[in-house]
Amino acid sequence: MADALLALAGVHTHIGHYHILQGVDFAVPRGELTMLLGRNGAGKTTTLRTIMGLWPASAGSIHFDGADIARRPTPSIAELGIAYVPESMGIFAGLTVQENLLLAARSGPLDDARLEWIFRFFPAMKKFWFLPAGLLSGGQKQMLSISRSIVEPRKLILVDEPTKGLAPSIINNLIEAFRELKKTETTILMVEQNFHAARSLGDAVVVMDSGRIVHSGRMAELAADEALQTRLLGLSLEVHQ
Amino acid sequence: MSAQPAQADALPQARTDFIPVLIVVGIALGAFALIGSASTWVTLTVAGLAMGLLIFIMASGLTLVFGLMDVMNFAHGLFIAIGAYVAVSVLRIFGAAAGADSFAANLAAIAPALLAATVVAGLLGLFFERVIIRPVYGQHLKQILITTGGMIVAEQLIHVIWGPDQLPLLRPPTLRGAFLIGDIALEKFRLAAVVIGLAIFAALALILNRTKIGLLIRAGVENKEMVEAMGYRIRRLFVAVFVAGAALAGLGGALWGMYQESVTVLIGAHMMVLIFIVIIIGGLGSVGGCFVGALLVGLVANYVGYLSPKIALGSNILLMVIVLLWRPQGLYPMSKQ
Repeated sequence: MADALLALAGVHTHIGHYHILQGVDFAVPRGELTMLLGRNGAGKTTTLRTIMGLWPASAGSIHFDGADIARRPTPSIAELGIAYVPESMGIFAGLTVQENLLLAARSGPLDDARLEWIFRFFPAMKKFWFLPAGLLSGGQKQMLSISRSIVEPRKLILVDEPTKGLAPSIINNLIEAFRELKKTETTILMVEQNFHAARSLGDAVVVMDSGRIVHSGRMAELAADEALQTRLLGLSLEVHQ
Repeated sequence: MSAQPAQADALPQARTDFIPVLIVVGIALGAFALIGSASTWVTLTVAGLAMGLLIFIMASGLTLVFGLMDVMNFAHGLFIAIGAYVAVSVLRIFGAAAGADSFAANLAAIAPALLAATVVAGLLGLFFERVIIRPVYGQHLKQILITTGGMIVAEQLIHVIWGPDQLPLLRPPTLRGAFLIGDIALEKFRLAAVVIGLAIFAALALILNRTKIGLLIRAGVENKEMVEAMGYRIRRLFVAVFVAGAALAGLGGALWGMYQESVTVLIGAHMMVLIFIVIIIGGLGSVGGCFVGALLVGLVANYVGYLSPKIALGSNILLMVIVLLWRPQGLYPMSKQ
């Protein structure tokens, strides 16, 4: 197994009076796509936001590429090479597609070769280049959100439910795009409720329940074990394709 | 060849919403029909545009501060007052040049007065953000209380430094009087205010639309959290916007003092009602909306003041009610997440 790019140990997160993460421990192997699965309310989104420093951990450690980032502010975590695609997509509706990507390219002007690569996955980004992002469809907004995260090479991309609310054809398009992205050996931690997408893309899997990790291993093993799926997730991946 | 699409390749374009601008033009044309006299109408229109653009200069910073950090700064009027008082002091220093019958001499007095008003208000803004605003980020009720309290304390300090009396802020001879074109009298100071207001709007539009800082400000108004998650430090950006907003308010205060030819400690507080109307009409956080809203307020105040003086006082409140019934989020609402 590859070495871990990201490792969480004993992470607790409180939001107001609520104790959401209750000692989360898992590792994300370098160069792989790790799926973070679990029922609604298990703490998946909180885990991603805690890694980004948006809801800081109240205890525990988060090591990224050797450095503890648990107490760092969000901008300095992003500067280490971590991109975040939130569930809400987080696009800037009043800015054009071009302006959204310009902002995401933190280190300088947009790289032409990189743009061509993005346009290959998401031709709509080229077509709607000068359109305010708020006028894009839901699927196109998601494509823009993902495009922003890959407009420059990143060490780690955190993606929260990219297929949520999208039409099946768009989901297939996104799955293809992530397959292409995996070829660049970018490390990805993805929360996903669509089990077809999860099984198609995941190399490793982590399952959460009630703010704790209840399983971690290889996706292929979980996909092959219906009893384990039912025990961990309350249903079988097979019947939810 | 660049991978970025050229304008012609990218087919769909955003449609600009010109309806609010057309309403401004419509109100001006409607007023022309009601007034009946071309010379009176031109005089009122220039006066309205000058008033509107001066309000825009004072309000533009406040709308960005609210949009970017949800900070309700009720002490914004303080920066207006400080700008006006600093202009009074600097024009006293350059008294001979300010009173001379020479454009160059007048400019040599006005330019440092406006510059000093801008800089001092900006520095006060920096102090205010650090000491008063920073401890109450995200707490609206405390923001209202502490900024109102800060304003009261600062007003008393103005009393201590400049005294409690109304001070004259006379325009230099170059900006007194009017150009006469047939029956039409165009006040020189109002024309200068229009030129300065348009120049500041153009500069702000350029910065907001053509620079990365501007993109960050617009993005921050919509979604601060995402801007931070992209690696940008929004707090530093906010301090810069707050200081720039205070500096513009100081400049606006100096110009407004010259417009009225006198300064009192309440010059800023009196403007706050109009400024709040303008930023609410325009859409909180929208500089373009603030610009159109300010023109609406300036023109309506002048037209109604001439046509029906009895309802002049309430005309802008009525205008705000009508605009909000039509567009509850303002003329150019910002989408916030």
